[in-house]
Amino acid sequence: MAKPKIATASLAGCFGCHMSLLDIDDRILKLVELVDFDKSPVDDIKKFTGRCAVGLIEGGCCNEENVHNLQYFRENCDILISVGECAIMGGIPAMRNNIPLKECLDEAYLNGPTVYNPSGKIPGDKELPLILDRVYPCHEVVKMDYHLPGCPPPADLLWQALVALLENKPMDLPYEVIKYD
Amino acid sequence: MSDKIKFTMDGVEIEATQGQTIMQAADEAGMYIPRLCAHKDLLPFGSCRVCTVMVNDRPQTACTQPVSPGMSVESETEELNDIRRSIVEMLFVEGNHYCPFCEKSGNCELQALGYRLGMLAPRYPYMFNKHDVDASHPDIYIDHNRCILCARCVRSSKELDGKNVFQFVGRGIHKRVAFNSDTDLSGTDVSVTDKAIENCPVGAILKKRSAYAVPIGKRKYDSQPLGSDIESRKAAVKQG
Repeated sequence: MAKPKIATASLAGCFGCHMSLLDIDDRILKLVELVDFDKSPVDDIKKFTGRCAVGLIEGGCCNEENVHNLQYFRENCDILISVGECAIMGGIPAMRNNIPLKECLDEAYLNGPTVYNPSGKIPGDKELPLILDRVYPCHEVVKMDYHLPGCPPPADLLWQALVALLENKPMDLPYEVIKYD
Repeated sequence: MSDKIKFTMDGVEIEATQGQTIMQAADEAGMYIPRLCAHKDLLPFGSCRVCTVMVNDRPQTACTQPVSPGMSVESETEELNDIRRSIVEMLFVEGNHYCPFCEKSGNCELQALGYRLGMLAPRYPYMFNKHDVDASHPDIYIDHNRCILCARCVRSSKELDGKNVFQFVGRGIHKRVAFNSDTDLSGTDVSVTDKAIENCPVGAILKKRSAYAVPIGKRKYDSQPLGSDIESRKAAVKQG
């Protein structure tokens, strides 16, 4: 039987959750025995090559590309998991959520004390993904099946949750691994 | 003794003293009832509703309801814990609770209650309301983003500090903690040693220059769930 496939993505995140996945140390050899990696920054596969059993999503949605990517994952993954605080509640990027978007852009590109921008314009190239009015948690954009909190979620949490899912066993997670920071 | 009565909670017979609340009697018996606004040094308040238990099949707040002989109390049921979790989730979506960088993280009762009740993500949409920070006082700051309106500061200032520094203003979603001052927090007679500062369960009122003193892994709720201090009495009660 072919190994189940896993896909991962970092949306509006810092890649810290992906680093935490690598932090499973030598268990990564067992992971490679258990699964194949499909679309993921880990192997740089850009497009899904087939249906995936599990999709791990780091980061929330701050622009339209994040939304399209998240929808693409939802279409191609049986189980989609929010990994980390940014995917679950927006995280640090969501700190802009109670500031009007124009004020954020003006501060970043025009008025900030360290800004050097002789054009005096806010970047608007059509190649740049449109920024959203605010940062959205993943489960407010598509249906998410599970949430693994943490900043980042500890390697032990990611490992135990993945193995339980792949072996179709109930998750029996110890108190120490579920943390919001 | 005539002032001793007996009631049952989750099938366990508890001996209590007449006049105690359900929460006080359960605490003494080593049975923890989840709570947020209740504090052992403060008068019962009954505002957060997290400690709601079923008393003879009717919902009552354990922090305000006195014990009575033969009453049947249910607390650790799936239904009640789901209601408690939903209250915690409402608090998480109404405020702006950024656990990853909050100074109170690891020592926060709201966060620890989320852990204890198994909250992974709130079922309600995040509101991202705008709230202010008042850092005008030299030793204390208040971040309204993290305030859960438990009134512990309001009550502590009045009942324990003999002051009247904090009070609620506004109603409903506009309700917030305000100060007894014409200007800001620096214009009050609040002091860094006030119980009102110490008793804040979340990171809303904090002492300046004291953040991140304890490393991750050694903070209050990193390995011990909220309420385990009370539950550890259970063994002692049984032996005694």
